[in-house]
Amino acid sequence: MSAPTNPIVQDHNGFVVELEQFSGPLDLLLHLIQEDELDITDLPIAKIADQFLAVIGELGLNQAADYLEMAARLLRIKAQMLLPRRVGDDEWEDPRAALVRRLLEYQQIRELVEWLGAAAARRAEQFGRGFAPAPPAAPPAPLVIDLNDLLAAAERVIALIPEPVLHRVVPRPLDVEGATARIEALLAEHEAFGWREVVGDRPTIVDMLSAFIALLELAKRGALSVRQDGPFAPIQIRRESPRAAG
Amino acid sequence: MSPLAQLVEAALFAAARPLAVEELLTLDPEAGAEAVQAALGEIREALARGEHGVELVAIGDGWQLLTRREYAEAIERAQFALRPRRLSPAALETLAIIAYRQPVGRVEVDEIRGVDSGAVIDKLLERGLIEIVTRGEGLGRPLLYGTTPQFLETLGLKDLEELPRLEELSVALRPPAPAEPE
Repeated sequence: MSAPTNPIVQDHNGFVVELEQFSGPLDLLLHLIQEDELDITDLPIAKIADQFLAVIGELGLNQAADYLEMAARLLRIKAQMLLPRRVGDDEWEDPRAALVRRLLEYQQIRELVEWLGAAAARRAEQFGRGFAPAPPAAPPAPLVIDLNDLLAAAERVIALIPEPVLHRVVPRPLDVEGATARIEALLAEHEAFGWREVVGDRPTIVDMLSAFIALLELAKRGALSVRQDGPFAPIQIRRESPRAAG
Repeated sequence: MSPLAQLVEAALFAAARPLAVEELLTLDPEAGAEAVQAALGEIREALARGEHGVELVAIGDGWQLLTRREYAEAIERAQFALRPRRLSPAALETLAIIAYRQPVGRVEVDEIRGVDSGAVIDKLLERGLIEIVTRGEGLGRPLLYGTTPQFLETLGLKDLEELPRLEELSVALRPPAPAEPE
């Protein structure tokens, strides 16, 4: 039993073809034509179509849509060549004409490829000084400056520095104990009273906070109850009878 | 060599890229284009006569000091400099089509090559060998490509006129004629 062979290099007809060496179906077609020294202007289309199909079948080029499209084109031309035509029919156009034109055009490109490749190879034989890519724009000229200019510039920069804005943070301790004492005094005199009576007429924010915390604290202890009927409604404060312990 | 020729030689050495005559003119406001041309001629002759390893070569619309061909192999073997990567056949095909048909769109390149050329065109754009020149008429206003000065430099050409004329090719394409009956 023989070892499995690589389908790419397997070869029935005496030629070995690899996909990578062709840049497309036109290239492959030209290769086949040149191989057999066929006349490009009078293509034996049946023969070339069969060979083309054989090659792409052998190579398993099933994915290469460009090659398949060319195969379909060749088969269509082959079929058109088989259609009967009347002798002396001036209207008949050679179905190969468009393909031949494309092939000739492509052959011309291949010839230019040779020329361009040779030119590039020839140019590559000469080195310039370094391979640094050209700078995108002229770099700025080297800076020329003396010490006085430098100091003057530094002064200008310093002058531009703005005065730092300092925020002083002053602790304003809440007087919860004072507020508690005031509320307890109110509780001793009244069964019920309002928020306004706790904080007075013109309370500061600190007074309000102190009173509020004191109020919550006393409510927690059970000394009073706090009630508010709705958002922003007046707060009602009522004395609670301290529950007997135990 | 004249002082101007020496100055120009120094500038060409420093620039490490082709310098055009107009650029060289900025070296010396007193010197005219003719004087600079003459200076270039002087440098060229001096290098040719004096058994030097470098020569003055016209590339694109400028002039550059390049090492002589015969030293390429030794320099490369010693790894002092490396030849740029060769262009692939697909890249050369695409370049040839763009060089001769510019400005040309991708669809036309695809048609002539018989394969999709989008990736190749992107690579050539990246290497700076082609550029988007304009947009074409018609559906989608396709981008049209043309060659760049970098293309001339890569091929060592002065201008596009140096490309072979199509009539000089062995496969000269006649304008499409009606197919001859059998």
